[in-house]
Amino acid sequence: MSKVRVLVGTRKGAFVLTADGKREQWDISGPHFAGWEIYHMKGSPVDPNRLYASQSSGWSGQVMQRSNDGGATWEPVGNKFAYDGVPGTHQWYDGTPHPWEFKRVWHVEPSLTDADTVYAGVEDAALFRSGDGGQTWEEVAGLRKHGSGPHWQPGAGGMCLHTIIPDPSNTRRIYIAISAAGAFRTDDGGATWQPINRGLYSKYIPDPTAEVGHCVHHVAMHRSRPNVLFMQKHWDVMRTDNAGDSWQEVSGNLPSDFGFVIDVHAHEPETIYVVPIKSDGEHFPPEGKLRVYRSRTGGNEWEAMTKGLPQSDCYVNVLRDAMAVDSLDSCGVYFGTTGGQVYASADAGDTWKPIVRDLPAVLSVEVQTLSS
Amino acid sequence: MIRVELPGHLRTLARVTGHEVTLQITGAVTLGSALDALEAAYPALQGTIRDHATLQRRAFIRFFACSEDWSHESPDAPLPDAVVTGAEPLLIVGAIAGG
Repeated sequence: MSKVRVLVGTRKGAFVLTADGKREQWDISGPHFAGWEIYHMKGSPVDPNRLYASQSSGWSGQVMQRSNDGGATWEPVGNKFAYDGVPGTHQWYDGTPHPWEFKRVWHVEPSLTDADTVYAGVEDAALFRSGDGGQTWEEVAGLRKHGSGPHWQPGAGGMCLHTIIPDPSNTRRIYIAISAAGAFRTDDGGATWQPINRGLYSKYIPDPTAEVGHCVHHVAMHRSRPNVLFMQKHWDVMRTDNAGDSWQEVSGNLPSDFGFVIDVHAHEPETIYVVPIKSDGEHFPPEGKLRVYRSRTGGNEWEAMTKGLPQSDCYVNVLRDAMAVDSLDSCGVYFGTTGGQVYASADAGDTWKPIVRDLPAVLSVEVQTLSS
Repeated sequence: MIRVELPGHLRTLARVTGHEVTLQITGAVTLGSALDALEAAYPALQGTIRDHATLQRRAFIRFFACSEDWSHESPDAPLPDAVVTGAEPLLIVGAIAGG
């Protein structure tokens, strides 16, 4: 019998939610690291009991935590994130130069092949790598030293590297995304990087088709097709079929093409999910209706998934790392809200139930499918 | 032996029971040597009170000793005798901030 473990990062701690394969009865563990912001937690695909968590606070900065028993116990590991060399400046919101300053880790991405190797995406945007289980961190400096670095600018949430996607078919290829610089790809294990933003159109920047400067919110891939990526941009849902060399808009009939999350069904690589959000100012669901939109055609044609979700007076947001899928036969889909709810669907989005309703604001959701 | 009182979130991180820790310091007892000894005894605190590289106090952390604000003192300044003898603790305090 399989089971699932849902890792939830919130504004005030971490929670671990577990259930058997039916996904009906849930055990809730936490808060771990009570009072601290947990931007992200994720488990190693090699050793599912090896978890990494990013823990931070305005008082005491960044702490990294590691668990070797699936989240039952944790130990702090290295938290020294030093930029390589003199980091220089990027652009501030008003276009003036601003010194590169480490603020926090937004995303942790364990290696697909080694439980002790893990990547961290940080604010101000940079990629770090640890090869010793998080004890020490070294910047993958080729990214930040790409010639466009001084022109990167923060989005409203900060200049964060929030998405890291290793290519399961090519150990030397990694995709990352930065708000608000755009998406980048390395084909040589991180030594050099290229922007992959051709086809993106951002009307809020001076050159809407610029090589960098796009506010990419999140990117998702199905591991069976690593050249196909889906992107939720600040505005527009996009896809590429050539590893980011060019993108096409697939927003189609969405009620709003703004949003943060995007994910792909575990077994249907053309089935994707987004949660439309009203913007620019509001950042809550259109019409006060919390709807997951599913496309079974890789975009353009979308259907609203509403059963079990509030369809009136709902004004929560769903942040960029707060959606995930499990890989059980009937694909489970999960997302968390800034209102503290974590919703789960055990039938690929047809129906939804809250696992929990009253957590602190949810920052991230990850799911592990485990053989018990 | 000196006494150091930690804010709650750092006591949890360092797995300290009670409000205080005690530290042995060889040589001059200064703010800097006290923080060095604290971080050596509790490595999880490295980077949470002062910056790893610059050793500057984090903005929302403050230091008090014998009812005096030591937040802006030089790390080389000797701590008061009452702290050196353990009669009074060095207080490490999280600045008041909501949220």
